[in-house]
Amino acid sequence: MSTMRVALMVTCINDALYPGVGQATVSLLRRLGVDVDFPAAQTCCAQPMVNTGYLDEAVPVVRNFVAAFEGYDAVVAPSGSCAGSARHQHGMVARRAGDPGLESAVAEVSPKVFELSEFLVDVLEVTDVGAYYPHTVTYHPTCHSLRMLGVGDRPRRLLENVRGLTLVDLPEAEECCGFGGTFAVKNADTSVAMGADKVRHVRETGAEVVAAGDSSCLMHIGGLLTRQRAGVRPVHLAEILASTEPERAPAAPSGGVGR
Amino acid sequence: MSGTFVGMPAFPTAARTALADAQLRHNLAHATGTIRGKRARLVAEVDASVPAAADGGAGAGAGAGEVGGWEQLRLAGAAVKEAALRDLGTHLERLEEQLTAHGATVHWARDAAEANAIVTSIAKAHGVDEVVKVKSMLTQEIGLNEALAAEGIAAWETDLAELIVQLGDDLPSHILVPAIHRNRAEIREIFLAKMAGAGRPAPAEVAEAGGDEPAVLAGAAREHLREKFLRAKVGVSGANFAVAETGSLVVVESEGNGRMCLTLPEVLVSLVGIEKVVPTWDGLDPLLRLLPRSSTGERMNPYTSVWSGVTPGDGPQEVHVVLLDNGRTRALADEVGRQALRCIRCSACLNVCPVYERVGGHAYGSVYPGPIGAILNPLLRGVGHDEQIDSLPYASSLCGACFEVCPVRIDIPSVLVDQRAQVVDAHRGSGPAGTPGRGHVAEAVAMKGAAVAFADARKLGLGERFAGLGVRVARRFGASAWTGARDLPTPPRESFRAWWKRTDGGRSEGSPR
Repeated sequence: MSTMRVALMVTCINDALYPGVGQATVSLLRRLGVDVDFPAAQTCCAQPMVNTGYLDEAVPVVRNFVAAFEGYDAVVAPSGSCAGSARHQHGMVARRAGDPGLESAVAEVSPKVFELSEFLVDVLEVTDVGAYYPHTVTYHPTCHSLRMLGVGDRPRRLLENVRGLTLVDLPEAEECCGFGGTFAVKNADTSVAMGADKVRHVRETGAEVVAAGDSSCLMHIGGLLTRQRAGVRPVHLAEILASTEPERAPAAPSGGVGR
Repeated sequence: MSGTFVGMPAFPTAARTALADAQLRHNLAHATGTIRGKRARLVAEVDASVPAAADGGAGAGAGAGEVGGWEQLRLAGAAVKEAALRDLGTHLERLEEQLTAHGATVHWARDAAEANAIVTSIAKAHGVDEVVKVKSMLTQEIGLNEALAAEGIAAWETDLAELIVQLGDDLPSHILVPAIHRNRAEIREIFLAKMAGAGRPAPAEVAEAGGDEPAVLAGAAREHLREKFLRAKVGVSGANFAVAETGSLVVVESEGNGRMCLTLPEVLVSLVGIEKVVPTWDGLDPLLRLLPRSSTGERMNPYTSVWSGVTPGDGPQEVHVVLLDNGRTRALADEVGRQALRCIRCSACLNVCPVYERVGGHAYGSVYPGPIGAILNPLLRGVGHDEQIDSLPYASSLCGACFEVCPVRIDIPSVLVDQRAQVVDAHRGSGPAGTPGRGHVAEAVAMKGAAVAFADARKLGLGERFAGLGVRVARRFGASAWTGARDLPTPPRESFRAWWKRTDGGRSEGSPR
């Protein structure tokens, strides 16, 4: 394990808006003995371009992606959507570019991209990460982690092993929250209608925290919750798993738990 | 006569109106939720019917990760349709040969106008002023009722929900249950107001207390329709499947009204999309298991009618089959999108779609609404020439629920993304005077800018300046679209990459500044 070269794919949204999620991922992985690297050349997975139909524009971004992450044994992303983009869309973009070199680079890199819960459960083979989080939490399984990657019950198993955490079921959990990337602004009315129902279900649970593995979905759900002054916090899965009991906190960085 | 979808606004505009209709949203949430539940139970039943472990042979480990019963069925159904599409010409010629050998007359139509002209001329040859119709998506796609009406021929819909839509001068909003947007109180009002004008009036009990009971409403429809069944000389139908090997057409339904139209008239005209061909009789096996479970949430539909040309002395003695393209060969030529031609019109994707559930079918501006409509309309009609069609591939959050339930494994999200690329490509290089509105131009500029920034981390303006880029991009797209109902996040003082650089990845100092 110690010889494994692991890169953090922080994702552009966490980099720019939710640095705490990246810091939590680093803190968690280090606690589990992974010396995670952050290749500074990384930018974005190109999903915003691909899913809006701008494939030509996605080509240089995918080219930059493979250049940044080439040579690592594993690339870990605290996002189901961005990991899904790398695993399931980069090949199509490379074919569009008509560049066999890019195609083979993508074929090399993309299978090594893991969503955080996949990396923890499948690669590190842990479900108890030694976390402590004394809150009532409901978990929203994001669409791409659920249906594109098929993470199944991995996030749930991780949460169930967090000490102090009370996990409550979210009604209609598997229904989309309505974010959908540029869908959120191109079809804002429908996006908000879907989000309104998601938020209603979140509030029905009585949880203080709604957790998910994607900051983008949480930005949408959280934006609706704060507008309603609902008193429910959106928190990324990585931040919960990084949390430990204060007195047992390791000397390693513990920062970045807040949003 | 029912209305027309021509001139519908683009999806976001139509959706806004639909979302404001509280009755519609209530009706849809109730109806789709019910069908979803029934389907899910039957899929679980099929999975449970598969023995937990394989019957030996495959060796250790064959049981655990093995593909379940429903997935096997989906793969089998997709394979049948895929085999048909791979060699479509051969199978269609075989179908024509077999139909002709069994006494049917086969017509070929390139488009709606040709198909409508064929049906009209057959009706006129028999001097009729009315036809009875089996529920058919294809005849709605080509506007057959309107074409016949223009020639003075009334086309009576006999499917209960289609009757409701037709009497209400309404538009269908669902593939399987076209009046899904109506509740029984609304249906009662339509029957009371409109039935008399179309034939036998609604019986008195519909107007009385309890007149909105399903049994009362169904009874009124039965009496109204029976008069037409017994009188009509010409029946018109579509087909769920067309078996090339035996020259058989198949219609699957719940009410038996279709069976009436298929057996009572002297003349039967069936319009069949060329993608409906199934090479062999055996191919029906998985499809007839998949369809009712995926559509009505039943193990088996009540009525399955199969006919092969003319049967002397039994049923219609003059049988016509119109094989119609109307954009299907265009879709077939689309490398990614051709899988949409596997569609068996079950509407499982509509019932599970969170967008459809909230906006309903009319917002899609087509007889094919929901996720399948969002890809089928652009595939059949092409993109780049109509703002409404171009808006459809974007009418999805790409959540993937449609692909998960599709009985013939159409990867709708991937086709949606490919159609979006085709929309963008169709507008590349065209000036602002062309189809793209200001929105297209602003978006293209934002995407190009992001592509330049994301192609090289150094261009991101490393460090603090990167913090909040997302918010700036959101503003560029039009912040009000986001902030109308949602708060934007407060940008952090420091980006992740700036923190990493400043603290040597957190080794020198832990907390963010």
